[in-house]
Amino acid sequence: MTATFTFETHPDRYRHWRLTFDGDVARLAMAVDEEGGLVPGYVLKLNSYDLGVDIELADALTRLRFEHPEVRACVVTSDNPKVFCAGANITMLGASTHAWKVNFCKFTNETRLSIEDASARSGLRFVAALNGTTAGGGYELALACDDIVLVDDGNSAVSLPEVPLLGVLPGTGGLTRVVDKRKVRRDRADVFCTVAEGIKGKRAVEWGLVDALAPRSRFDAAVAERAKRLAAASPAKGGPGVELEPLSPRVGEGSLEYTWVSARIDEKQRTATVTVRGPSGPQPRTGEQIQAAGSSQWSLRAFRELDDAILRLRFHHLSVGLLILKTEGDLEVVRESDEGLAASKDHWLANEILALQSRVLRRVETSAKSLFAVVEPGSCFAGVLLELALASDRVYMLADPARPVHVAVSSANAGAHPMSSGQSRLHSRFLADPSRATRLLQQRAPLDTEAADEAGLVTLAPDDLDWDDELRVAVEERVSLSPDALTGMEASLRFAGPESCDTKIFGRLSAWQNWIFQRPNAVGETGALSLYGKPTRPVFDTRRC
Amino acid sequence: MSLDDKIPNNVSLSSDKRLMRALETWQPDFISWWNDMGPAGFQEDQVYLRTAISVDPSGWAHYDYVKMPDYRWGIFLAPPEQDRTIGFGDHIGEAVWQDVPGELRNILRRIIVTQADTEPASVEQQRHLGKSAPSLYDLRNLFQVNVEEGRHLWAMVHLLHQFFGRDGREEAEQLLLRRSGNPDKPRILSTFNEDTSDWLSFFCFTMFTDRDGKYQLASLAESGFDPLSRATRFMLTEEAFHLFVGETGLDRVARRSAQLTKLDPNGDARAQGGVDLPTLQKYINFWFSSAVELFGGEISNNAADFFGTGLKGRYKEEKQAEHTALKDVYLMDVVEDGAVKKQEVALRNAINEVLRDEYVADCERAVRKWNRTLAAEGVTFELSLPDRKFNRSMGIYAGLAFDPAGRLITKEQLEARRGEWLPTAEDRAYVKSLMKPAVEPGACAHWISPPAKGVEGTPLEFEYVKGEGVDRVRRGVA
Repeated sequence: MTATFTFETHPDRYRHWRLTFDGDVARLAMAVDEEGGLVPGYVLKLNSYDLGVDIELADALTRLRFEHPEVRACVVTSDNPKVFCAGANITMLGASTHAWKVNFCKFTNETRLSIEDASARSGLRFVAALNGTTAGGGYELALACDDIVLVDDGNSAVSLPEVPLLGVLPGTGGLTRVVDKRKVRRDRADVFCTVAEGIKGKRAVEWGLVDALAPRSRFDAAVAERAKRLAAASPAKGGPGVELEPLSPRVGEGSLEYTWVSARIDEKQRTATVTVRGPSGPQPRTGEQIQAAGSSQWSLRAFRELDDAILRLRFHHLSVGLLILKTEGDLEVVRESDEGLAASKDHWLANEILALQSRVLRRVETSAKSLFAVVEPGSCFAGVLLELALASDRVYMLADPARPVHVAVSSANAGAHPMSSGQSRLHSRFLADPSRATRLLQQRAPLDTEAADEAGLVTLAPDDLDWDDELRVAVEERVSLSPDALTGMEASLRFAGPESCDTKIFGRLSAWQNWIFQRPNAVGETGALSLYGKPTRPVFDTRRC
Repeated sequence: MSLDDKIPNNVSLSSDKRLMRALETWQPDFISWWNDMGPAGFQEDQVYLRTAISVDPSGWAHYDYVKMPDYRWGIFLAPPEQDRTIGFGDHIGEAVWQDVPGELRNILRRIIVTQADTEPASVEQQRHLGKSAPSLYDLRNLFQVNVEEGRHLWAMVHLLHQFFGRDGREEAEQLLLRRSGNPDKPRILSTFNEDTSDWLSFFCFTMFTDRDGKYQLASLAESGFDPLSRATRFMLTEEAFHLFVGETGLDRVARRSAQLTKLDPNGDARAQGGVDLPTLQKYINFWFSSAVELFGGEISNNAADFFGTGLKGRYKEEKQAEHTALKDVYLMDVVEDGAVKKQEVALRNAINEVLRDEYVADCERAVRKWNRTLAAEGVTFELSLPDRKFNRSMGIYAGLAFDPAGRLITKEQLEARRGEWLPTAEDRAYVKSLMKPAVEPGACAHWISPPAKGVEGTPLEFEYVKGEGVDRVRRGVA
């Protein structure tokens, strides 16, 4: 796959979606350009999607929240008269490398989770208006919405045909959401997931696969009515919206340079050093000031930049296995930014910025890269940036009395940025002794290395003599380990504590789906995915394991 | 009346409890559907119809007057073939299935439902035609086609009831609930939602659309699922008549058009109250292009699956040299970089196209026949079949513009000439204006030639339909 595409787009440039507005209801209609695939080699028929389609969707969802706070409900539908969405493009999947498939699925999952996040944190409700065939990833997109309306034309069905047709699993949380979110009875779910043509009409409602049916002649009216009702029940947020300015990083040989974020990529060593610079100057303290500061304010822009950098590292630098996370700046100014947001969290924009920071932190954490936070002189791991350290697999902090280093907590560490499990990172870190988290949060003064180590925030605190060598060895050792084993190990250790729908989705994606994607019964010479669209029928290795 | 009398059959209906249970509820629903959606205004008339009462050569063509709601829709399978084996695909040489293999149940059900849905759809499309019949002979033929489509529905519903459990019963119910042309409950395939409310369209429909049915039935007659094979083989015997209605109907229109063209000093058949030959050509273009869609995608995974699993073969599979379709390729017209090019497609994925080839050749044969009629009447006009790429909304040619000769053109060119190639609203209105009934025994409407001979040895003056309905049409109060 080429490294030419980027994750930044704009509604003016969409090829696959149409975003329109009618008062407090938005309409996001899929109209996939068949010839508009991100890479050559497949045709995006029947509103099937690839990464490019999903990048636009993700962009639209973010812009809805920041640029259109007046919108309280969004109808997700299709401009194709017969098909809502046929799911991920199978030819694209069949031709993709394993790594591409995994990265693609992870991104699309994050996009769907951002729909649920918008509903939960911003009160932006989604109505999936299924105007025709809704298969696989198409139905999974609907499952991420609050309300699902299916056209009742005696023909259009919802389906998850992955198992019977392709010998793989639905890749964007379909199985989990069917039983966990929509609470479809497990035996019915079993039937549903093995019938390629899916379930339509009354039975789809009876089983809880959709919320309502509407005949074609009344479909638009029924959808509009439901969207209006949801919008009316959701609180108004104020405004005006804030236009998200372009990030336009400078991309050099082995480097990404943004306003607040830099990444130095060492392909040979297979590491990237990602540095987030803290804010400077007075930070907005009130809702009005936050509103006035717009999309260039640090708390918003720095995290959008970090998000973009992480995505580029995921997709364009597969072999980079270790991210060394650094910060530069003033602890106190970071905390000022955090406290300004916390004090104004009832202001719509402060709320959106906090929610975006949370999503970016989760994106960092669900990346298949080792994460080492390095706390050095000049760094500013405070509050929301301390979350970056808490998201890391290890934290290295210099212990040098001549050059003291500090970290500090803020309200951002007290539950403002839940992990996928819903728990705060501090809580999840101290499962053995939850009082440690409580005590730490009361500790307003910055912690030096000794105190941070004592508080349980530091993995290793080498002194100035050992520092360089310890870090070098840690990095060299890490990148020498099996990348697959590391991905699995990290994913298993990062999310201690309870499960949520989100953690189940990612866990099962990484374990089951990615395993099945590798197995001969899917991708072997006679596997179902390999042979989809080919004249010969699959032959399975029947031994179950 | 015993059930076996009410529903003539050769499937031991009265001793099959499961089938009886299903049909007991479905049969009244069917009658109620027929009364609601069958030929409007003629349900009480006596119609001289052919009824199949057994599958013997002597039994399947029994002619008598009958009221359509009393028609004995029967369930007939062609007689079983001893030791029949699967003739193609991955299971070639294995004994045919008398029951549905579990892993094929869903796709087989879809095949049967799609076929079945076309049968009631065409009855619905044609329900108002009776009021403008060009002759009693044509009126009777329309009703014959209608009742036989009804019987074909019975044949497919029998399979759904017999072999597909609860799902099958539900699908059978749905077949009576969808409605042709209703945006809320449309029939599955789009051609079966087209307006067929004039007789020229009806003849085009029976010529082109029903002819697709012939090829679909013929390829299902090859099926490894023996009950489907036997059901469709018997349906084919009836389908032949429907094609005859279409092919001879268009031949009669062509003949009359030629005569009126000659008669008019300016060579304008419209001035003489007929269908001009360019309009006839436009109707052919429209209906042919709509019917070729029914064969499905040119490059199709479903088609490959249906063939591979032994559910749906090629036309006259036994005449093919090789029966796995895994070794050969098909040379298909594809559009690449703005030009039509030949591309090799694995034969199994091109099975739909193979069947379409047979169909196109058959249609070409009919066109040659009509042209002989035109030549015999002394006009130089020649009818032709449009290229299969013309006017497509599905498959690999959809969204591209082709002229009727199959040349790639721009969308602007197509729009500029659309009215030359396809019926305009004005053409349709004109054709509709010709549709004045002619239902006195022996009479025939001006725009179409009388048939060459009557039904089953009857004279053309024969009173094929009699009763209140046809009387009302005569009195002009239909």
